[in-house]
Amino acid sequence: MKVVVCIKQVPDTKGGVKFNPDGTLDRAAMMTIMNPDDKAGLEAALRLKDQYGAEVTVLTMGLPKAEDVLREAIAMGADKGVLVTDRVLGGADTWATSQTLAGALRNMEYDLIITGRQAIDGDTAQVGPQISEHLNIPVISYAQNLKIEGDSVIVERQFDDRYHVLKAKMPCLITALAELNEPRYMTPGGIFDACKAEITVWGRADLKDVEDSNLGLKGSPTQIAKASDKVRKGAGEKVTLDPAEAVDYIVGKLKEKHVI
Amino acid sequence: MNLEEYKGVYVFAQQVDNCINSIAFELIGKGKDLANDLGTEVTAVLVGSDVKGLADELAEYGADKVIVVDDPELKEYRTEPYAHALASVIQKYKPEIFLVGATAIGRDLGPRVSARIHTGLTADCTQLDIGDFPINPVPGKEQKHNQLLMTRPAFGGNTIATIACPDFRPQMATVRPGVMQKKEKKAGVKANVEEFNPGFTPDNKYVEILEVVKAVSDTVDIMDAKILVSGGRGMGSPENFKMLEDLADVLGGTVSCSRAVVDAGWKPKDLQVGQTGKTVRPNVYFAVGISGAIQHLAGMEESDIIIAINKDDTAPIFDVADFGLVGDLNKIVPALTEKLRAELADKN
Repeated sequence: MKVVVCIKQVPDTKGGVKFNPDGTLDRAAMMTIMNPDDKAGLEAALRLKDQYGAEVTVLTMGLPKAEDVLREAIAMGADKGVLVTDRVLGGADTWATSQTLAGALRNMEYDLIITGRQAIDGDTAQVGPQISEHLNIPVISYAQNLKIEGDSVIVERQFDDRYHVLKAKMPCLITALAELNEPRYMTPGGIFDACKAEITVWGRADLKDVEDSNLGLKGSPTQIAKASDKVRKGAGEKVTLDPAEAVDYIVGKLKEKHVI
Repeated sequence: MNLEEYKGVYVFAQQVDNCINSIAFELIGKGKDLANDLGTEVTAVLVGSDVKGLADELAEYGADKVIVVDDPELKEYRTEPYAHALASVIQKYKPEIFLVGATAIGRDLGPRVSARIHTGLTADCTQLDIGDFPINPVPGKEQKHNQLLMTRPAFGGNTIATIACPDFRPQMATVRPGVMQKKEKKAGVKANVEEFNPGFTPDNKYVEILEVVKAVSDTVDIMDAKILVSGGRGMGSPENFKMLEDLADVLGGTVSCSRAVVDAGWKPKDLQVGQTGKTVRPNVYFAVGISGAIQHLAGMEESDIIIAINKDDTAPIFDVADFGLVGDLNKIVPALTEKLRAELADKN
């Protein structure tokens, strides 16, 4: 069984958010990490490797430095890494990104493709389902649990107030929730393997059955009209009071605002 | 693609168990505003099995027309038959704008449909306007009018981007629930219904539903609450949420929580406020023992009044709080509940 996991290197927006003195986001000071939902997807794939001896390949699209995230995945236990990088692929929206990854996947063997539900930089959750459409295979998004049964995958698919237990014939694409599992750590042996591992690097010419008009900034139907750092409402009052005074303070404010 | 052929604002009227989701009315409300700006109409697309009877409710909230796609294959939500339904509606009716709720259903359905149609899709929008693209004229580039300008947060709520889709139709967006306003319900309005069935033939993309497991929950939806008493990791234990329930009871409010609390298994996911939870804008939001990670702020900072109680005076929650109290929640919250109970008893 062959599993391809699509992973993304993202700035760490959780906890590690840094601001410039003028209140804008200091991107240069932020660490990059493997996107959390993708890491859960990778862990799910590695469990299939442990259980069924699945071969796990990690695939990413990005700048050359995105190779680091592939090596991290190999250190966790992935078998192979493929980096798709090319100047003409830059500035892609989710349509062009999914076209790019689908073009790479057409050159790979897979029974199962796993992506994270969404990346913490863009938060769109669109690339996984869009890849599945381009490859004409079923998608199950928001997976909170998965197992293999013969030639099918059985997945608990989360909704707002319920979950569905779904069965799909492979090949199939799953998008993983961070809650799916607790990802393992890199092992010393894995880190050693990761340093030695040969990363496959593909460019535009290696993508199969994709038109130029569907790639990069030029192939992106959506275009940015305006981007700005968010202006927050700003802090109001902050007081340190003993409990009795604190209670009077809150009650006073609730009265002032006609809440009570 | 002849863009001129595409007319009208369409919204996906999400229903589950033959009950229309609130997001459908919110999209109709926003769709009406956009349609007015464009001099066109808003059409709701209702997809399901035995759902025709729900069409009038969509009209009561302002839908000028309702397209009903009714088929037994559509009884429970599954990506493929629903994607086929919407893609077929788009191919036949050619809308210029198509809005879908950014729900656990819409965020799966929207991308699949947009990929099939070959158009752009902007995720999780919090603001929609009609305007020019580029916003300011650029020499040598055509400025297109009457474009859908879709605004959304990115980088975990740290930045805001406005996005257009000038060369493809329909312009598609998923819209964050709880952000757009519904129009007032006009009881008794009858829908102008058009039925359409593109035919559903199961193929490899149809998944099989083995089981539907509903979460047992009798709590009020936190998105509808006027007063929310929200607890974070600083509550210390699930038992301590009793304090918050007491405070909420006195004020007629509801308890919600941060992601840390859900991750710890103290509270169910449907009470979670934030980027990966729900967006809320109550009249009063109490943030108790919540440090205020950016993802949490993204889900609650539009609340009218924010009251934060936290022992750490550097907690980021104080940056958005109208009234911030640095102190011990274990002492303040029970005392506050008692005081409010006495105050409200005097009043009655």
